[in-house]
Amino acid sequence: MTVRALMFLFALGMPVQAQEVPVAGGETIVAGLSQNLVAITTNFTGSEILIYGAVKRDAPIPQGAPLEVVVTVQGPSRPVTVRRKERQFGIWMNTQAVSISAAPSFYAIASSVPLEQALSATEDLRHQVTIPSAIRAVGIAAEAEDAPVFLEALIRLEGEAGDYSLAEGSVTLAESTLFRADVALPANLTEGAYKVRLFITRDGQVVDSHEELITVNKDGLERWIYNLAHAQPLIYGLLSLVLAVAAGWGASAGFGLLRR
Amino acid sequence: MQLYLPIAELSVNAFALLGLGGIVGVMSGMFGVGGGFIITPLLFFMGIPPAVAVATGANLVVASSVSGVLAQLKRKAVDFRMGMVLLIGGLLGSAGGIWVFSWLTTLGQIDLFVQLCYVLFLGIVGAMMFKESLGALLRARKPGGPIRRSHVHYSVHKLPLKMKFRASGLYISVIPPMLAGAGVGFLSAIMGVGGGFIMVPVMIYLLGMPTKVVVGTSLFQIIFVTAFTTVMHAVTSQTVDMVLALVLIIGGVIGAQIGSRIGLMLRAEQLRILLALMVLGVCLRIALGLLLTPDELYSIAPGRLP
Repeated sequence: MTVRALMFLFALGMPVQAQEVPVAGGETIVAGLSQNLVAITTNFTGSEILIYGAVKRDAPIPQGAPLEVVVTVQGPSRPVTVRRKERQFGIWMNTQAVSISAAPSFYAIASSVPLEQALSATEDLRHQVTIPSAIRAVGIAAEAEDAPVFLEALIRLEGEAGDYSLAEGSVTLAESTLFRADVALPANLTEGAYKVRLFITRDGQVVDSHEELITVNKDGLERWIYNLAHAQPLIYGLLSLVLAVAAGWGASAGFGLLRR
Repeated sequence: MQLYLPIAELSVNAFALLGLGGIVGVMSGMFGVGGGFIITPLLFFMGIPPAVAVATGANLVVASSVSGVLAQLKRKAVDFRMGMVLLIGGLLGSAGGIWVFSWLTTLGQIDLFVQLCYVLFLGIVGAMMFKESLGALLRARKPGGPIRRSHVHYSVHKLPLKMKFRASGLYISVIPPMLAGAGVGFLSAIMGVGGGFIMVPVMIYLLGMPTKVVVGTSLFQIIFVTAFTTVMHAVTSQTVDMVLALVLIIGGVIGAQIGSRIGLMLRAEQLRILLALMVLGVCLRIALGLLLTPDELYSIAPGRLP
């Protein structure tokens, strides 16, 4: 009974498996990361992630369009509100706002050649690789006449803050087989799972893709403080007070002793 | 040395923060103010999110006020009864302020409102203090100026619910001090300040309290109002950053001791003129930010799902 059930599942599973791994050209990615865990501690100033890998194939390197590599690192998405200032009654104040349902907190793209060359527009749409396609901005047109301008502002501001980056040509590729990409994670990281995606393309078409995860967590004291502030806000508030009162009292007592 | 702030979620230079705390400490030691009205705008300029700056500023004022009130207690310069009345008003005002704060945050107008409050109150208090201390300085130069009465009777003294405040030598209605407390409590929650710079003139000019108990009593009630504000901000918006507060406090207590030494070398009128100029300077800096065309018209804030 169980054996038959297993065989049935196996038979069912086979074609699905075959669909998941694209065999066009017979090239697949084998990849690794320098680290799967980033710990944010008190003296955290950012982290460098090395993404490396190789293209595995059963046949000799196909002729024709060269192989290209695109790597993306994507932080957890969250809804954001983009506001615009306008002069009213002589002062500058926020007047219009557009809410974007999901924008990644961090997004880095690295590629072996300029992105338009490595990826066709259709493939970008399918895999959501470029920065604008990674942001989910549904129905923003209803919120402001020039809603796309707000989206551009979001990308520009996040880019200036170092949260969004596009490094074309930063992936080194040797012999169309071995590749590496370095992505710098900034100091102001949001906690969560960071998705690393690797694509190999030929003639703008994705040949194979691969996904890895990096977990970013606050660690040690930082983690304890953050968790306490959110899980037990009252206790946290009282603790901050105790700290302040103790520091104030300690300072006056300490300097009183010094003066004597 | 970079320091990662767990609540503000950004990395800042620890020595810059220590220095900032130190500068505010020097001023609080020199002038006897909590320094909240300087530290909170300075934190804005450093890139700390306004909500975190305001909540952490309140926590910082608790520390400097405790340190200050202990010194005043030794001189018996605290009117506890008046302090309690001010406090009741203060807590009510603070609760209202917290509510307005979170409401304006969702509207996206909190930055503007906080900045307008700063410009308005720093402008008024700074200008008044400058005028008054300049007058005092000129009077001191030529002898034989007008004699000041201990306190003047205004219409404030005709209200019901009178109460005796022995330490202040007053017999007045509890309504004006309670209203004053509420107003300052409201501003404390919105601006992240203790409100001493508003409370002290109110006590002297409006309630007619003797100057010797004003600073101690104001500090006494500020401790409780800012303590309440800190806990409320921690509970409603989780914006109190303990690491940020601690570094600022360390800088602050060291600075306060240096400041009190400098304060002893200067005359009271000179000190007040300096403080007035400082207050006006901060006011001008914030006002320019509102009036000049900003470099960046767009801003990002965490949103909520529609």
